[in-house]
Amino acid sequence: MEAISWLERKAREIRRDIISMTAAAGSGHPGGSLSSADIVTALYFQIMRLDPEKPDWPDRDRFVLSKGHAAPVLYSALAERGFFQTSELLTLRKLGSRLQGHPDMKSLPGVEMSTGSLGQGLAVANGMALAGKLDYRDYRVFVLLGDGENQEGMIWEAAMASAHYKLDNLTAFLDHNGLQIDGPVREVMSVEPVADKWKAFGWDVQIIDGHDLSQILTAVEKAKEVKGRPQMIVAETIKGKGVSFMENNVDWHGKAPNPQETEKALAELA
Amino acid sequence: MKKIATREAYGEALAELGTEYPDIVVLDADLAKSTKTIDFAKKFPNRFFDMGVAEANMLGTGAGLAASGKIPFCSTFAVFAVGRAFDQLRNSVCYPMLNVKIGASHAGISVGEDGASHQSVEDIALTRALPNLTVIVPADAAETKKAVLEAIKIKGPVYLRLGRLAVPALHENDFVFEPGKAITMREGSSATIIAAGLMVAEALAAAGELANEGLEVRVVNMHTIKPLDAEAVIKAAQETKAIVTAEEHSIIGGLGSAVAEVVCEHCPVPVYRVGIKDSFGESGAPSDLLQKFGLTSRHIADAVRKIKGLK
Ligand SMILES: Cc1ncc(C[n+]2csc(CCOP(=O)(O)OP(=O)(O)O)c2C)c(N)n1
Ligand SMILES: [Mg+2]
Repeated sequence: MEAISWLERKAREIRRDIISMTAAAGSGHPGGSLSSADIVTALYFQIMRLDPEKPDWPDRDRFVLSKGHAAPVLYSALAERGFFQTSELLTLRKLGSRLQGHPDMKSLPGVEMSTGSLGQGLAVANGMALAGKLDYRDYRVFVLLGDGENQEGMIWEAAMASAHYKLDNLTAFLDHNGLQIDGPVREVMSVEPVADKWKAFGWDVQIIDGHDLSQILTAVEKAKEVKGRPQMIVAETIKGKGVSFMENNVDWHGKAPNPQETEKALAELA
Repeated sequence: MKKIATREAYGEALAELGTEYPDIVVLDADLAKSTKTIDFAKKFPNRFFDMGVAEANMLGTGAGLAASGKIPFCSTFAVFAVGRAFDQLRNSVCYPMLNVKIGASHAGISVGEDGASHQSVEDIALTRALPNLTVIVPADAAETKKAVLEAIKIKGPVYLRLGRLAVPALHENDFVFEPGKAITMREGSSATIIAAGLMVAEALAAAGELANEGLEVRVVNMHTIKPLDAEAVIKAAQETKAIVTAEEHSIIGGLGSAVAEVVCEHCPVPVYRVGIKDSFGESGAPSDLLQKFGLTSRHIADAVRKIKGLK
C-alpha cells in the first residue's frame, strides 16, 4: 500500500513535469502525455529492469513509446529515474536540445526507439522481442499505443506477427483515452470493439483502469505469467488526466498551456 | 502586410471551390485542423471523409473515388502523404493515372518544434520521380489558391506541397499561374536564382541585397517542379551564365537537382544548390531552423557571390 502511494506521488510529479515542459516549450502534447502518466510511472519506477548508469545494458527491459507525441511523459520518467538531469526537461523542443519534439534515440540515453510517425512502434517492439528470444535473454519489451494510432494498418500487421511468433516477452498497453486530434475516436474512425480485435489477433487481453496503479501492477504480473502469446493491456484512461480543464478535452491534444493555465494546472497537481 | 500560410489558403480554396465543383471530395487523416480541410468539412460535411490515422488507406480510397468520377483531395502532412502512403501513391494513383490530388501540408523544416519525424525534406525528390504526377510548390497564399483551381482542371494526379508557416504575399497585382510555366519575379543578367516555396521570398530579398552591390540577378519562381519549365531554365543558363537554386528541401533530388539535370544536358553553366545538405531536420523555432540549415536570403546571396567568383 505504501508502495502504491509512493508511485502515485511519482506520477503526480511526472504530470507536473509534463505541464512545466510543454509550457516552457510553448508547444507539445499534454493530453496524451497525461493520460499515460500512470502507466509510464509504473513501468519506470516499479516494473522495468533498468540501470540508468548503463542505458545500453543488454539485459534491460525495453519500452517503446509508439505514440511518440507523448514524448514529455517519457522524458520526465527518464529524468526522474536518473537517466539525465531533470533541469534538462525545460529544454524540450528548443533548438539544440536532446529532448526533440518526438523521441530521438540517437540523442537521448534511455530512449529505445525514435518514434513520432504513428503506427510503427509495435513492429519495432516485435523485433526487440524476437532478438531477446534469439539471444536467450529474459528481458521484456513494453510498448505503448494510442487508440487513434490503432487506426494505422501497420499496427495490425504487427499484431499478427507478435502472435504468430508467440512473443510472450512482449506486453503492449493501449492508452484507450477515446480521443484523437479531429475528435472522439468513435466519431472519427471507430476502432471498437478494440479489445475483441486484439483477442481475435491472438493476444492475451486484459482491460484495466489505466489510472489505478495497483491495477497496472497486477495486470503486468498476470501478463508475465502468460506463455506463448503476446499480451495487450487495454488501459481505460482519460486524456488530460489530472488537470481539470484538460480532461476529456480534445483541444488539449497538441497545445501548450499559457502562464495562467500553467499556474492553475500546477496548483491542481500540487 | 499580413502573412498567410499556404495551408490556410488551401483550406479556403477547397471550401470556396466546393460549390462550383460538386465532384470535389476531401479526405483527411486526423489532421483536418492542421491541413485546414476543416473549412471544407464544415461547409460540405457529406463530401468530407476523415479516414483517421490511416494515410495509406486514405490514398487508396482516393484512388477508388477518382476511378468513379470524383475529384478527391487527400490531405495530411507531407511526411506521411509521401512516406506512409508512397506505394499507394505510386501503384494506385500515379500508375493508373487517377485524378487524385494530394494536399501535403507541413512540408520542410519550417514545421518547427515537432522536429525531424514531422519535417519532410525528401518529398519533392520522391514525388518528382513518379511518372504522371504533377508536382506544385506554391510560394504564397495567392499562388496556392490558383494552384488548387489548376489542380482541379488537370486530369490526373497532382501533388501540392504546402507549408505550416505564415509567409508574405509576393504578388501585388493579379498574375497568371500556369502549371509548368515559371514566373520571372525580377529581371537580371548577372545570374539567376531559381526558387520555390518560401524560398522565393528569400530569393527576392537576396536579389535586392545583391543589387546594392551592383549585381542584377534574375529571380525565377519555379512553382511547378514537374513538369519543369525547362525553357526558362535554359534561357537563364544562356542569358545569365550562372544559376543558384533555393528550396526548403534536401539538395538531393529536389528543385536543384531538377534544374541541374536540364542545365547539364542543354547548356552547361555552374549551378549551386541552396537547400538542406543531406540531413534530417530537428526541433526549434522555424526562423532559427531556416537560419541553421542555411535557408535564408543571406545564404542565397552568398551562393550568388561565390558562383560569380566574388567570394
Ligand atoms: C503516421 C502519422 N500520422 C499522423 C500523425 C499526426 N498525429 C499525431 S498525434 C495524432 C493523433 C493520435 O491519437 P491517439 O493515438 O489516440 O493519441 P493520444 O490520444 O494518446 O494522444 C495524429 C494524427 C502522426 N504523428 N503520425
Ligand atoms: Mg487517443
